[in-house]
Amino acid sequence: MVAFVISRLLQALPVLLVVALVSFALFTFVGDPVAAMLSQDATLADRENLIRLLGLDQPWYVQFWKFVGNALQGEFGLSYRLSRPVSALIAERAPATLELAFCAAAMTLCIGVPLGIFTGIYKDSWVSRVLLTVSLVGVSLPIFVLGMLLILVFAVQLGWLPSFGRGDTVQIGWWSSGLLTVSGLKALILPAITLAVFQLTLITRLVRAEMLEVLRTDYIKFARARGLSNRAINFGHALKNTLVPVITIAGLQLGGIIAFAIVTETVFQWPGMGFLFIQSVGAADIPVMAAYLLLISLVFVVINLGVDLLYYLVDPRLRAQR
Amino acid sequence: MLLEVKDLRVEFPTRRGVLTALNGISFGIAPGEVLGVVGESGAGKSMTGAAIIGLLEPPGRIAGGEILLEGRRIDNLPLAEMRKIRGKRIGAIFQDPLTTLNPLYTIGRQLVETMQAHLPLSDAEAKQRAIGWLEQVGIPAAAQRIDAYPHQFSGGMRQRVVIALALCAEPQLIVADEPTTALDVSIQAQIIALLKRLAREQRTAIMLVTHDMGVIAETADRVAVMYAGRIIEIGPVRQVVKHAQHPYTAGLMASIPPLDRKVDRLAQIDGSMPRLNAIPPGCPFSPRCPHVFERCRVSRPELMPAGETLAACWLHDKPGAPA
Ligand SMILES: Nc1ncnc2c1ncn2[C@@H]1O[C@H](COP(=O)(O)OP(=O)(O)OP(=O)(O)O)[C@@H](O)[C@H]1O
Ligand SMILES: [Mg+2]
Repeated sequence: MVAFVISRLLQALPVLLVVALVSFALFTFVGDPVAAMLSQDATLADRENLIRLLGLDQPWYVQFWKFVGNALQGEFGLSYRLSRPVSALIAERAPATLELAFCAAAMTLCIGVPLGIFTGIYKDSWVSRVLLTVSLVGVSLPIFVLGMLLILVFAVQLGWLPSFGRGDTVQIGWWSSGLLTVSGLKALILPAITLAVFQLTLITRLVRAEMLEVLRTDYIKFARARGLSNRAINFGHALKNTLVPVITIAGLQLGGIIAFAIVTETVFQWPGMGFLFIQSVGAADIPVMAAYLLLISLVFVVINLGVDLLYYLVDPRLRAQR
Repeated sequence: MLLEVKDLRVEFPTRRGVLTALNGISFGIAPGEVLGVVGESGAGKSMTGAAIIGLLEPPGRIAGGEILLEGRRIDNLPLAEMRKIRGKRIGAIFQDPLTTLNPLYTIGRQLVETMQAHLPLSDAEAKQRAIGWLEQVGIPAAAQRIDAYPHQFSGGMRQRVVIALALCAEPQLIVADEPTTALDVSIQAQIIALLKRLAREQRTAIMLVTHDMGVIAETADRVAVMYAGRIIEIGPVRQVVKHAQHPYTAGLMASIPPLDRKVDRLAQIDGSMPRLNAIPPGCPFSPRCPHVFERCRVSRPELMPAGETLAACWLHDKPGAPA
């Protein structure tokens, strides 16, 4: 088990290094941060000074080495746009994104999986048909359209929920939480729904397809022939066998939710990392972009590790091979 | 009779009309008896078994007739009632042991849950019995193997586990659908011997579907021959094998290689079984039958006494007719 985790971590290293290289390349070769950071009337000497300060006068591999070393310590330099340490900016924004992502993920799983099971078991009932038709809409509706529709109805017309921002937050250590205040929770509802709908319909359809597949197998037929109850068959034997593919996709989705909260955060002006990223792209704020990229790849690596561990727990056949 | 099937008819509604997969199937199985069921692929053997345990694949459905277990109808029971019969009174063994066990549960757990679904057993008792069953079916070191997963067993061992699962709630009847077809030839005989021994010990009746006439001859008490969704001959195994009364059965027997002498060429029945949507109006075997005469083409024979068996063949309509 421990060996398995370590080997997985080692496998993840090259991935992270490559991403680091890409972010570093961004850092080095895209845009002219020096010009962006200097004021109009700066002298040539000011410019040289800044270049030396930023370490831009050294060969690329030295710069890369430094970049990796700093990244390991959570140091990504100064934001060109805001002239503040990137790590501080990210630490400030991460809680907003993570809270949003986890609420969306929780909604996705808590609603999507049961719906998938239901529509898989009662595949011919009219409720299932209606749900599936509705889910088609969910899959095909672009996120920003959905977000704006929700804002239009619930914020503008009904005035029940705020249309932007995070509401009041409570500071717990460095973590700022919106989950503990009424206005924070209200502000969370629309963005979380917006972010969840697509993933939710996807997971519903996936679970349904897997259930249908598994319910056709011989071991399910044999379980019926042994006289097991429908509950034991559907929720024990069948559901467990759908878990491996569902875990894979759900893991990817969680990563996707965190990474691509960008659109939702922009629509709702949610003060998270995605919104920060978009603002940074606009200003060619390379250090922030590089840090964001690295962070997101780290998130994916961690999620993949979690997914592998879950496989390991669910499927004895995988355990035997390792 | 333990099980009685009367005039069973199974239909499949399809887009191009209703297919009748089984038609007028009638037979009985006595307690402890082994009934062999043979016939070409597609004859309806598996479907008969599925109808008995109430697991026809939709849209297939029982469209007529009755199935009685100890005199009580079981073909129209509500699902919850049928569930109490499956496993507890009628067990099933499927063809492919590699796919009949749930890969994610230990074999012990699968045995325990089956027994606990039907018998009032505590966890410890159930586990104890599970080990007992694994020993019964010849799994070495059963007490240690009980927590193993199906993939840790060979095909033959898995079929032994399947047999334990089918027998563990002590049913009165087992429907075994080609239980050895997917296994190595060297293992087939062991599995059949095991099944036979356990059935005798428990006084469990078996409906044994197989293509292997050797197995039938050795194991079955009676044998039913199926053709195009019908039983065309049924009788004591000795009679059917040695003195087949229906021309199809005779052809089937002639196509088995004899063990005691060499033959240059095996007999075979020309043509193939008609598809379900193209069964001829008279005797379904008439297009292939070497003894066909006018009556066979126009009217359908029912099972009638023929020698010591029952055969659905007009040759036997008049007393003393040749086979
Ligand atoms: N879903 C279905 N729809 C229509 N016809 C079907 C369906 N399933 C099976 N059948 C038909 O029912 C008939 C009986 O099939 P069955 O599986 O009982 O044959 P079998 O005697 O067990 O053959 P085998 O020796 O190959 O196992 C076949 O002709 C088959 O084509
Ligand atoms: Mg079959």
